[in-house]
Amino acid sequence: MDALSDLKAKYLTAISGAADEGGLEELRLAALGKKGEVSLKMRELGGMSPDERQVAGPALNALKDEIDAALRAKKAALGDLALDARLAAEWLDVTLPGRARRVGTIHPVSQVMEELTAIFADMGFSVAEGPQVESDWFNFDALNIPPEHPARQEHDTFFMARAEGDTRPPHVLRTHTSPVQIRAMTEKGAPIRVIAPGRVYRMDMDQTHSPMFHQVEGLAIDKNLSMANLKWVLEEFCRAFFEVDHVDLRFRASHFPFTEPSAEVDIRCSWAGGQLKIGEGDSWMEILGSGMVHPKVLAAAGVDASQWQGFAFGMGIDRIAMLKYGIPDLRAFFESDLRWLRHYGFAALDMPGLPGGLSR
Amino acid sequence: MKFTLSWLKDHLETEASLDEILYALTDLGLEVEEVVNPADTLGAFRICRVIEAVPHPNADRLRLCRVETFPGGPGSTGVEVQVVCGAPNARTGLVGVFAPVGTFVPGTGVDLKPGVIRGVESNGMLCSERELELSDDHDGIIDLPADAPLGMRFIDYKGVNDPMIYIKITPNRPDALGVRGIARDLAARGLGRLKPQVVEAVKGSFASPVTVTIDPALKEKGCPLFAGRVICGVKNGPSPAWLQARLKAIGLRPISALVDITNFFTFDQNRPLHVFDLAKVAGGVLRIHPAKGGEELLALDGKTYTFRPGMMVISDAEQPESIAGVMGGEVSGCSDTTTDVFLESAYWDPITVATTGRALKINSDARYRFERGVDPAFTLPGLELATRMVVDLCGGEASEVVMDGAVPDVSRAYKLDPARVQSLVGMDIPEAEQRATLEALGFTLAGDMATPPTWRPDVLGEADLVEEIARVASLTKLVGRPMARAQVGVPKPILTPLQMREKAARRMIAALGYNECVTYSFIDGASAALFGGGTEAVRVENPISSEMTHLRPDLLPGLLQAAARNQARGFMDMALFEVGPAFHGGEPGEQHLQATGILVGATGPRDPFGARRSVDLYDAKADAEAVLAALGAPAKMQVGRKVAGWWHPGRSGAMALGPNMMATFGELHPKVLRALDVKGPVVAFTVLIANVPLPKTKTTTRPALAMSGLQAVERDFAFVVDAKVEALTLVNAAQGADKVLIERVSVFDEFAGEKAEAQMGAGKKSLAIAVRLQPVDKTLTDEDIALVAAKIVEKVAKATGGVLRG
Repeated sequence: MDALSDLKAKYLTAISGAADEGGLEELRLAALGKKGEVSLKMRELGGMSPDERQVAGPALNALKDEIDAALRAKKAALGDLALDARLAAEWLDVTLPGRARRVGTIHPVSQVMEELTAIFADMGFSVAEGPQVESDWFNFDALNIPPEHPARQEHDTFFMARAEGDTRPPHVLRTHTSPVQIRAMTEKGAPIRVIAPGRVYRMDMDQTHSPMFHQVEGLAIDKNLSMANLKWVLEEFCRAFFEVDHVDLRFRASHFPFTEPSAEVDIRCSWAGGQLKIGEGDSWMEILGSGMVHPKVLAAAGVDASQWQGFAFGMGIDRIAMLKYGIPDLRAFFESDLRWLRHYGFAALDMPGLPGGLSR
Repeated sequence: MKFTLSWLKDHLETEASLDEILYALTDLGLEVEEVVNPADTLGAFRICRVIEAVPHPNADRLRLCRVETFPGGPGSTGVEVQVVCGAPNARTGLVGVFAPVGTFVPGTGVDLKPGVIRGVESNGMLCSERELELSDDHDGIIDLPADAPLGMRFIDYKGVNDPMIYIKITPNRPDALGVRGIARDLAARGLGRLKPQVVEAVKGSFASPVTVTIDPALKEKGCPLFAGRVICGVKNGPSPAWLQARLKAIGLRPISALVDITNFFTFDQNRPLHVFDLAKVAGGVLRIHPAKGGEELLALDGKTYTFRPGMMVISDAEQPESIAGVMGGEVSGCSDTTTDVFLESAYWDPITVATTGRALKINSDARYRFERGVDPAFTLPGLELATRMVVDLCGGEASEVVMDGAVPDVSRAYKLDPARVQSLVGMDIPEAEQRATLEALGFTLAGDMATPPTWRPDVLGEADLVEEIARVASLTKLVGRPMARAQVGVPKPILTPLQMREKAARRMIAALGYNECVTYSFIDGASAALFGGGTEAVRVENPISSEMTHLRPDLLPGLLQAAARNQARGFMDMALFEVGPAFHGGEPGEQHLQATGILVGATGPRDPFGARRSVDLYDAKADAEAVLAALGAPAKMQVGRKVAGWWHPGRSGAMALGPNMMATFGELHPKVLRALDVKGPVVAFTVLIANVPLPKTKTTTRPALAMSGLQAVERDFAFVVDAKVEALTLVNAAQGADKVLIERVSVFDEFAGEKAEAQMGAGKKSLAIAVRLQPVDKTLTDEDIALVAAKIVEKVAKATGGVLRG
């Protein structure tokens, strides 16, 4: 049996010292190959007596298994070493930038329109639309501003050119979103609750004015709506929109031809440290105009003023966007400066909603 | 509308403070725009005494003054201050006006600081009137009589401590264009008592040598009443100091007593008047008549106006002398040598005045008031008050009043329903208070009917009564009341499908990496013309600038201009988009919604991977497809080449469903880029949101999903085809080879250009497609696959003339 232990020692030593898979394979063939030393010994079993065989057989098999196991283990170990070496060679600089991906943005005007739509939708207002080139009837007459009314001059209206021979009064670029009141009521009748956000146009351009800006009109008509309801709706809107716990609104008597009574609405705010805070402080800032819809306006839209009454309001979207997000200059809204768009824009997935809040 | 506090107090007896009055004005709807209170601006300037003035040790023209000042006011202990003064009249014993360190000096525009002048300390200033902006006098410092009360505020001493108030008047309130009307509102609010106004007629001592006539064509509407009288023997000169001070305080330049008097009544009573120099009125007649057309008048503003037919004018026997209700003529205006005048007080129709004023482009105080509506019933009382003032200030003798027409009857009454205040406004105001408010505003109440005063043309219905009551009671008292939900339960969605799609398009394009812009709806005509617009139908008659003359026919020009602006700032690569209206005509509704994106320059910044490349039409196409998919457009649509002229003719396409064009994509025409000064490459897409068909029925149920357990087989084919054969033709042909087995055909290689032609012949290219076969009921055999493959080759050959590449 000494021969077997010598064999075992010889191969196990050789296997553990093998440098690569090639050397290992040579050792396998030398030990376990067809003409390998262990295999030759196995052949000798045939010439043995049964008694001898009973002793030598299991010993040889054990030797064969042991060498085989050692070969496999060494092969695995060599494989791991090779992988380690490859991985070490595959080092990359992880501080290099990732492949650039463009990041898009949503314009503040669009974002704020979605914000106010979310708020008013919860109060049952749907969204109405109207053309931006309007007949002067919809923009003025139907809103109780007859042709020679001084209020027309105050609108700084853009007129469309009239072809020679066309004697109709020139169309206008709508000066406010109020004509949508008429269109919505004419189409849907009463009761009705709509908001109408959109572009409006006035011939005015300086630090704080742009010839195009955005307004949102609100209109609610029902049997018993009063100015007190209007105030509540605006309070709720401002609280939700400015994302504060409390707002204070002040109604101030004013005049709009299409509402009676009319009020301008101020919101309590503070400018301490140059930072606007809504809902606190001692300053008041005008944010919108409103009132009870004039009976003549209801009549122009075919709504029976003896049966129905309600309120309307109009608010500058760009302006409330500036107030909420601290955007300083109105004109920059329309200049499409990439730096501005990236800085003041919103992510595509920042979708305003009431469950998660309007802004991040 | 400007007035001063003391002017207001001519009409309002009140103990209220300035702040209380200002608050009430704004709250009543007479919004205070500006207050100039001399006590705030000039309150620190007090009367002082120069104890001693000696020459400055280091300067010949300066004096060193020891000044006794009285910061505690009159009667307080004097405090000595050293002041260096350059005024020639600074001398020992002078009583003048002192401004301490820290005072803002209006005339110099700076805050006074302690200083050292030529080595000597100076701690304050002895002032001239110009430094206080009280006059232009700057010959020396203010030099007061020796008995002027030391320590008194100079504005009090000088009598100029009269705050000026500027309020914004809404067009419905002509009555508030007179100080008396403002006083009436404040009195109704409870801020004092409106002083009674007694109008005593001035008895005429002779018949008016001037006769007046209103043309029958105008009596009905244009000029219901024209009245006046001659005043002989007046002496015109500077008006008295009190009147000049009043006018100056509200920014009017005093001219002469006669003119100042008419201006006074314009602001005091909202009663514009006009004075003719009788010597210049030919023939002793004044006729109010429509212009024939072509007559000219040199008006008081120094400009000559030519009348159009029908414009209302006042003429003497020879020529027009005044633009009725708008502006008087220069020739018959008053001068220092005027001795006999005709004083006019008329009631002009607001619409007629507005039309004429607008046509002639004249903005005058008279037009502003007449077109808003003056009190017709005050025409004659106003004439009497003015006559009295002319006689008092200029002397002379008045004739009898001469007039044509009559005071128009504007009486009307509306039902006062005390419950309406509650139901319309939501305020609880007792009926007695409601009635008291209306009466204080001049309404006449008879039972439940309220007659508005003649000076309130704006009150035209029951709702106006409610407004007056609520406004005077103060809308600040209004308490919000919850509005009931329109329906019980979870609210329904409120956006229309189109509104949802607009939102989806916007969010999708932003998600694709574009920055949203909002550009103007109007652009310059030349840029508009590049995109099929710029026609007369979409021209703005009165554009605000030459850049904004036409409605935009397309969103592309605005975005390209934005790209050019950004490039000028050094940003060369960008992705911009806009979702908004484009205008295909000038009639209401001739607008359509576009979603347009442009890609400019490279796909991204330079990077270590070499991924940067120029944007190309396939980027734009992919984005257009992504947007269409987000809008729910069907996956299969036709891609055509029929596009508008501002696209690159070979590198742009249109996606359509039948005749319904949904999107255009591709490169912009180089000429367009050059015209708009944009450095290329630029690719773009426009999706016409409304053209994407809506699903015919709305169901939330998805169609059943069929998933085969059998393995799909993919086979590749490369065809040699003519270079202008379009890939889609080939793909569609292959797809048609077996409608059951072929699940998908996709192009995975195009080999074109010189090298390809060298291999495959001139005018040829190779297109390679992958065809995926999905077995339905049994695994495919090699024969099955060969059969389909042969059919594909045959179909492609038939459709494109292509052959399998060897």
